[in-house]
Amino acid sequence: MPKKLIIDGTEIEVEDGLTLIQACEQAGAEVPRFCYHERLSIAGNCRMCLVEVVGMPKPQASCALGVNDLPPNKDGSPKVIFTKSPMVKKAREGVMEFLLINHPLDCPICDQGGECDLQDQAMAFGIGASRYTENKRAIEEKNLGPLIKTMMTRCIQCTRCVRFMTEVAGVEELGAIGRGEDMEITTYLEKGMMSELSANVVDICPVGALTHRPWAFSARPWEMDKTESIDVMDALGSNIVVHTRGREVMRVLPRNNDAVNEEWISDKTRHVADGLRTQRLDQPYIRVGGKLKPATWDEALALIGSKLKAADPKKIGAIVGDLAGAEEMFALKELFTRLGSPNIDCRQDGAKLDPTEGRASYIFNSTIAGIDQADAIMLIGTNPRLEAPVLNARIRKRWRQGGLLVGVIGEKADLGYEYNYLGTGADALAKFVGHAPANKERPMFILGAGTLARPDGAAVLATAVKAAQSLGCIKDSWNGFNILQTAASRVAGLDLGLVPAAGGRGVAEMLSGGMELVYLLGADEFDTSILGRTFVVYQGSHGDNGAHIADVVLPGSAYTEKSATYVNTEGRAQMTMKAAFAPGVAKEDWSILRALSTHAGQTLPYDNLTALRAAMYKVAPQLARLGSVASADAADLGKLAGLPGTMTQAPFVNTVRDFYLTNPIARASTIMGELSALAANLKPTTRAAAE
Amino acid sequence: MSVRRLHPEQPKNFAFTPENEAWAAATIAKYPPGKQASAVIPLLMRAQEQHKNWLPEPAIRHVAEKLGMAYIRVYEVATFYTQFQLGPVGTTAHVQVCGTTPCMLRGAEGLKDVCRKKIHTDQFHLSADGAFSWEEVECAGTCANAPMVQIFADTYEDLTPELLEKVIDGYARGTPPKPGSQIGRKASSPAGGFTALTDPALYDGSTLGGWQHRLAEIDAKSALTAAASASATAPEKKP
Repeated sequence: MPKKLIIDGTEIEVEDGLTLIQACEQAGAEVPRFCYHERLSIAGNCRMCLVEVVGMPKPQASCALGVNDLPPNKDGSPKVIFTKSPMVKKAREGVMEFLLINHPLDCPICDQGGECDLQDQAMAFGIGASRYTENKRAIEEKNLGPLIKTMMTRCIQCTRCVRFMTEVAGVEELGAIGRGEDMEITTYLEKGMMSELSANVVDICPVGALTHRPWAFSARPWEMDKTESIDVMDALGSNIVVHTRGREVMRVLPRNNDAVNEEWISDKTRHVADGLRTQRLDQPYIRVGGKLKPATWDEALALIGSKLKAADPKKIGAIVGDLAGAEEMFALKELFTRLGSPNIDCRQDGAKLDPTEGRASYIFNSTIAGIDQADAIMLIGTNPRLEAPVLNARIRKRWRQGGLLVGVIGEKADLGYEYNYLGTGADALAKFVGHAPANKERPMFILGAGTLARPDGAAVLATAVKAAQSLGCIKDSWNGFNILQTAASRVAGLDLGLVPAAGGRGVAEMLSGGMELVYLLGADEFDTSILGRTFVVYQGSHGDNGAHIADVVLPGSAYTEKSATYVNTEGRAQMTMKAAFAPGVAKEDWSILRALSTHAGQTLPYDNLTALRAAMYKVAPQLARLGSVASADAADLGKLAGLPGTMTQAPFVNTVRDFYLTNPIARASTIMGELSALAANLKPTTRAAAE
Repeated sequence: MSVRRLHPEQPKNFAFTPENEAWAAATIAKYPPGKQASAVIPLLMRAQEQHKNWLPEPAIRHVAEKLGMAYIRVYEVATFYTQFQLGPVGTTAHVQVCGTTPCMLRGAEGLKDVCRKKIHTDQFHLSADGAFSWEEVECAGTCANAPMVQIFADTYEDLTPELLEKVIDGYARGTPPKPGSQIGRKASSPAGGFTALTDPALYDGSTLGGWQHRLAEIDAKSALTAAASASATAPEKKP
């Protein structure tokens, strides 16, 4: 039953089950807080959110008081609440003074300066001076791993970090030991903590106790430009803000999007930024006498152009990597179509996905937010903790609410929630074909990218669809058949039809030889050495596997340096924004292809991004609807189920082996390298870590 | 209260004795399934009693594994409650001197001086022979008999510095005095003797049933007055 309240003179009606702080927010009253965080459990220990409730003798902690728990007035009139009364002001000043008793006055050397809740709220709600003349207590720094720098003397014991690690990340390693003034946040015996989401604790820390170690003392928040963008480290398309100073990306922070990443990002998304500075391709190169020699754009493009013109169109091909944006993929496809080549493939891992089978066959149909409604989840050949950590946190959030049954087929792993292990591979999946419908409202299948990259991937997909149909995952109102992609470019590539045309060669066939020219658009994730004598063009941002064997290297832009469309695993089109300039003479990828098309004698008909996008939206109109998911027709899955094919007995293997080194940018990052080495030595489970 | 941290020197491992193991199983069974973590404090306390009255780090892990809790969660509990000793204490006696207001007003400072003299100048330090240690604690709930000390499960009350010395000497000899008040009074009865309810007749049974006598007296008295009034009005009545 909605309840009426009068907050600062405004009468509002609020829903059941809200806390007073939420009611105050709805009424437009600002309530300061430190420990309260809307995505974490309520602790009520900072006391900053005190408000006055008429009829209650003392100020009340609004974060921990439910509107349903307010005692009714005798005459039944709405409760009156003040957030700006003298009582509240005095209470807040008192709390602020207590919080500052042991807080050092080192704001000038604190990395949180400028974005510090304590600083802001001390200015807004505190008294100007301190009456405290005694010594402040000091606390030793703690080891929380390579990403988190601690200055625990600054800690105000809000325990947000403890609650985040326990509840969201699912790693019970952080805790508060001791009591009262001597309370300290630490891990068990200071072993450090290992989680793919650990750096989020820095975002939620309201003071400078936890700061980002890799960015320590490098920039102040007010001197950086902020550009809203999209992450490409996994196929989730987490919303981010790229902070730049000059032409350098200083840091990457999460941006709230309840439908995708809520407000978390993985450590890879956040700390890969240093990889944008190293191993960069900043000018074109041409291989002369076995060595790559610097060249001008004209020389490089003219050479490729002449090769393209001379070659047999059936013997040229293109492979698209995991980080490519939709624009350059579209331009590449256009170019190769005009050259008469059917050989183009965006599935460099060899996934047996085909856009002709319908969009439902390659996206996360239920949407990521759909996890919140699921009551049973079957994970097949996937470890979402490594393939999409933020999505895994969502599954964990749903699991914590209770009533979620999780099953795993494939590799066993510590996922952060309990699951039933159902088997290693195909037989376990095949058992569910013809199975009686699950006694669940909204069951869900999540099929890992690894299961589709096998030679029998198409059969696995068909079997999975059949099993999902049997179990009742695919209904009129609910499509719980999901593919968890791991490559940011994959869904857009399939949307645009970057698969071999009739008679064309796929990645495997192109690599098996007989090609005259192979064009790699940022494709590095396969054994490039087998391309051997083939003339290889590599267009991309980093000198990685692809560039090492290339005959011509064309320097492109990384995701922070171009405006490009990415479609995440659920089919949501989102656009990155140009936050910085690419190094040297590197160009935006679509414009390289446009320039090349002239040299190849097949000029593409667009001179700017707008024109390119207009053409692209005609082919794939769903890319134009930025931010929203164009739902796919579940009926296509029915056709898919009819496909023939037999599965081999090989166990399912997850795609992501080393979470920290999945793409060229991450491999160029020193921090990711360190984390990878650390993760290899330190087992992520709590028990093992303490021994 | 001081900063409570694990002792730098720790035993290699810890396991409950078979008796304690059985006791722990029975304790855990008291809680509903899924709520085994509720048994953490009794189990830690039993581990402390088993291990020379202090709680070693392996015991924290042992209890955590028994209850399916993360190590850090048990570590939090062990460092929070001052009842858990995180470093070695005296093998013969660990003297916990109450220093809270009632005891302080009744001379707890003198008791601490005795400890400083006889055991160690600082609390939480072992005496030279390792047999004794002491600490100042907050209220142990025997305020009526202040000042007091607690040694393991026993309390020694109504102490003076001299009496505490006797208690400690008794422990050192292996013949600790009887716990409770050290000046001979029973529980927390008044030290200077009773000042109320002192009539011995209250306790010899002679007053038992007194209320019945009083009722009978009241009845007799009212019957008498009724008879008197009846005889006074009768002559005025005319047939």
